[in-house]
Amino acid sequence: LAAAPARPHATSFRAQLRDVRALTMKVKAISRSQREHTRETSADIDPLQRNYDPALHPFERAREYTRALNAVKLDKVFAKPFLGALAGHTDSPTCMARHPKHLALIASGSADGEIRLWDVVNQRCIACCSNAHRGFVRGVTMSRDGKSLFTCGDDGSIKQFRLPRDLDDFEGEDVISRGPTAIDPVNAVDTLRGFLGIDHSWRDRRFVTAGSAVEVWNYDQDRPEMRFEWGSSSVTSVRFNPAEPDLILSTGTDRSVALFDIRSEAPVRKLVMNMQSNDVAWNPMEAFNFTMASEDQNCYTFDMRKLDRALCVHKDHVSAVMSVDYSPTGKEFVTGSYDQTIRIFGNMSGHSREIYHGRRMQRVLCARFTQDARFVISGSDDMNLRIWKARASESLGVKTARERRAENYSEKLKDRFRHMPEIRRIDRHRQLPKSIHKARKLKDVMSKAKKRRESNRRQHSAPGSVPNVSERKRHIVRQVE
Amino acid sequence: LFNRWRARAMQGVRDKKLRTKLKKNEARLRNAARSAAEAELLLPSDAGYLEVEGMERTWKVKQAEIVDAVDLQTAAKSFSLSLDMGPYRCAYSRNGRYMVLGGAKGHVALLDWQAKELSFEVGVGEAVRDVVVLHNETMTAVAQKKYTYVYDNRGIELHCMRDHIDVNRLEFLPYHFLLASVGNAGWLKYQDTSTGQLVAQHRTRLGACSVMRQNPSNAVLCLGHGNGTVTMWSPNMNEPLVRMLCHRGTVRAVAVDREGLSLITAGVDSTVKVWDLRTYRLRHEYRTTSPAVELDVSQRGLLAVGLRAQTVVWKDALEKRQASPYVVHRYDGDRTCDVAFCPFEDVLAVGTSKGLASIVVPGSGEPNFDSFEVNPFATPRQRSEAT
Repeated sequence: LAAAPARPHATSFRAQLRDVRALTMKVKAISRSQREHTRETSADIDPLQRNYDPALHPFERAREYTRALNAVKLDKVFAKPFLGALAGHTDSPTCMARHPKHLALIASGSADGEIRLWDVVNQRCIACCSNAHRGFVRGVTMSRDGKSLFTCGDDGSIKQFRLPRDLDDFEGEDVISRGPTAIDPVNAVDTLRGFLGIDHSWRDRRFVTAGSAVEVWNYDQDRPEMRFEWGSSSVTSVRFNPAEPDLILSTGTDRSVALFDIRSEAPVRKLVMNMQSNDVAWNPMEAFNFTMASEDQNCYTFDMRKLDRALCVHKDHVSAVMSVDYSPTGKEFVTGSYDQTIRIFGNMSGHSREIYHGRRMQRVLCARFTQDARFVISGSDDMNLRIWKARASESLGVKTARERRAENYSEKLKDRFRHMPEIRRIDRHRQLPKSIHKARKLKDVMSKAKKRRESNRRQHSAPGSVPNVSERKRHIVRQVE
Repeated sequence: LFNRWRARAMQGVRDKKLRTKLKKNEARLRNAARSAAEAELLLPSDAGYLEVEGMERTWKVKQAEIVDAVDLQTAAKSFSLSLDMGPYRCAYSRNGRYMVLGGAKGHVALLDWQAKELSFEVGVGEAVRDVVVLHNETMTAVAQKKYTYVYDNRGIELHCMRDHIDVNRLEFLPYHFLLASVGNAGWLKYQDTSTGQLVAQHRTRLGACSVMRQNPSNAVLCLGHGNGTVTMWSPNMNEPLVRMLCHRGTVRAVAVDREGLSLITAGVDSTVKVWDLRTYRLRHEYRTTSPAVELDVSQRGLLAVGLRAQTVVWKDALEKRQASPYVVHRYDGDRTCDVAFCPFEDVLAVGTSKGLASIVVPGSGEPNFDSFEVNPFATPRQRSEAT
């Protein structure tokens, strides 16, 4: 240290000035104590402090971009969506239902009339009824209180099964080794007309079936309470609205989607499309929106209040879309298609965010989200039900707070930079089966050609004679009151 | 200050969904800027200051008086080392904890200057022209007479970089992990210190160069040349990005402020000029008694001008022309070789021909650091995990 020189007795003017200055001067310098910035014990965390001044954080954008790039690459490294297959059916599962309260319990019906109850967590069949129906099981649904399972089939019967209260009865070595318990229906209704779909109300003790007409049943009677007919076609599927307990949506073989209101005992509105819809699903969060899975390889989302145009056209499948189901968050839905793949779409996005396929997975006939929105179950022609993760690179299990924060940060980074070319390329990359890849390319070429031809026709015709129809309206034929 | 976004023209966007997304995003960014501004209340420390009343002037206040008036910890930061191995170049590590000294006769030392702990000192046996600490104190680069070497924090020679020959100045770009060197041959070379690859080498074609500084906001290197020009370089282009004619005569020193808004140059014509880096126009100039030897700008915008036998610090001198300096430190008998402000501390290090002087300049350092960016109190684990 340079010592201050010893001053003689302050008599000189300069020295006096110095002393006065020392009295009136205000000086302070940065002085940080080491103790404040060091942890006290090894069990403590290190003290940290933040300063958000941009001058202290140079190259923010570039550094964030690099982090986003790494995040998207790591996503691909950790993308292992397939969890397991539920084997047991001896013919393709045609329909599935999830339990309203148990995350792990699902029911499926197959093409040979078999009903099976599955424990998804342990990946095994817990109960089975092999002769529930003669012919296809066309619909499976669970009541809202979780006590009953209703199934309907081609043979015109509706069967009611009792569901187990919890899955503990099905744990244990001896139970597992014995195999699935045989269960029998507790109630049955036989009719002479075949059924094509069933759905249970979320509020009342009633369910609705689809077949030659839309029929509303309640628990007490052997014949339907109400019957709605509109036109001479069959009704292929029915769904109760998740918010309005009296509103039903149905699809028919006359390429239509019809809205019915039980209270009015009259059909409300019908929308006729270019091609038939195989399935329809209500958005559980925005209950006025529904999505239909159409034969023309697209899914259409409509607002039921304004059926003159689609809200969104979801295009990515290369063959008929057989089934659609919304995630409980209402933000995305899963579709199973005849082209042996399942895709997950965002509820307002025109293209899929994810595609799952497998070499052994054949035509997908039904696809469902689980009630926690984390898993997707698909039933396909190869007689298996497959469990997939909804987010392919999600790590299962309990995450620490630090892990969750890091994941959230990565997600946000990816969202911000998703449009950048390098990141977009890595994000979009999916290994597709050759048939699908070729079919996509062909579809692309054909649609481009169609567009080009139409624009040529428009150019060389009288102005206004070839109108420019929006994609959202193009596939609608008409609306009927 | 915290606004990083500009209001975009919404009319140009025809896609309704995209327009809604952008609007929501802008609202979010505005909120983020507001919360960051509000969080300024929570910052733990205030900047230092030196105020005198009436007819007194701050530049008359001697270092000894400041030391008398401040607390013990700060008083300990004002010290001088008498060393005899030639004029000393000095540099601080990024977090300000460590300082490296390079004496022209071959003395290299790394020390924790606050704890007065010596990490290593070696006599390298040949002339040392410049020293710089790399990303943290575990690696220091020393420009020796022939080649450039990298030393560990224990003094072990890690690398001998034979591509960097006869180097006068070194600069480390911390966010790109690039070590840049320029020397008597007039070649500017960039070496990636993480992969070891020589990334770029450019012929400046302006002769020997011994003045180099980086612009901390965009990592552009500013070189000062013998013909009075300052050129700015990037590793991507063979030609300089900008050429500015700054002085009549050699450029002696160059400095850039933290935000990259001002360029300060000193020439043999005894002027120190402040340029606006957005328009490349001269803002104002100062006349000094003798040509400046070295320049440095602190984190809070204080300008230190190293003259032959004194160092003059100017406050708020970049935007407006000031009539008088802030702090003056004289050391008769020594000749200034290097001046360097310590990051996050109110301290200025002056490397002289007789050793090192560390003086307290209140208000020069940034009082509040961000631990995730640069942490002066980093533990070894935090140092290894720093991004």
